[in-house]
Amino acid sequence: MERIPILKMNEFLLVSIQVDMHDRLAMTLQDDLTERIVRDRARGVLIDISSLEIVDSFIGRMIGNIAAMSRVLDAETVVVGMRPAVAITLVELGLSLPGVRTSLNVDKGMELLRASLGGGNGHRDARR
Amino acid sequence: MPVDETLPVRSSHDIVIVRQVVRSWAIEIGFNLVEQTKIVTAASELARNTIDHGGGGTARLQSVRDGGRSGLRLTFEDKGPGIVDLNLALKDGYTTGGGLGLGLSGARRLSNEFDIVSRPGEGTRVTITRWK
Repeated sequence: MERIPILKMNEFLLVSIQVDMHDRLAMTLQDDLTERIVRDRARGVLIDISSLEIVDSFIGRMIGNIAAMSRVLDAETVVVGMRPAVAITLVELGLSLPGVRTSLNVDKGMELLRASLGGGNGHRDARR
Repeated sequence: MPVDETLPVRSSHDIVIVRQVVRSWAIEIGFNLVEQTKIVTAASELARNTIDHGGGGTARLQSVRDGGRSGLRLTFEDKGPGIVDLNLALKDGYTTGGGLGLGLSGARRLSNEFDIVSRPGEGTRVTITRWK
């Protein structure tokens, strides 16, 4: 079965979506990621969508779900690399991805994830 | 490039095909990247509606001209249960399918022209046009 690979880097999981996502693939990714967060005790998830030519409401919902699920599992999610045309279209579509943190690129996304863990003594509310 | 083509919309994979064909037509017509992205995203929303609410159907692509300008017209048609309350269906956030309820309203915002015809028990036809 077709799957999007999930890479582990220290306490983070990295996903780069390089294919035109059909719906089942999106659902599989959601399931795989939540399982890996628990199995690998991940503290953060970085999703690179720089190859995605569109984000429709289905993919948007999947991204929102992943962020919400990982938060419940004590991990942060950062979405990086959204193309400008995709951002413009998303907002016009009416999707603002509430609750999803974004960064311009992988480097900045990793910085954000590290910073959100850097609070120490278990207090991780670095959001805003 | 053909000026009129109809594609099946029955599976999640068909949605991907519709997106790809709409993209290549949009490029052919000369849409810029943002315009391409908008019409492809609208097509994706409407194709999913055709499957989720209409039980599958067709997507028709037409390249259209009006005076000096050219555009792309997409028609999504199904023989599903139809929509009882169109105003409600067009409202942001209204959903019967468990989604975000942005499909119809979002596709309308991403197009220059939008038309919907639906009869309960007979099906739904949504037509959008985007001009260059």
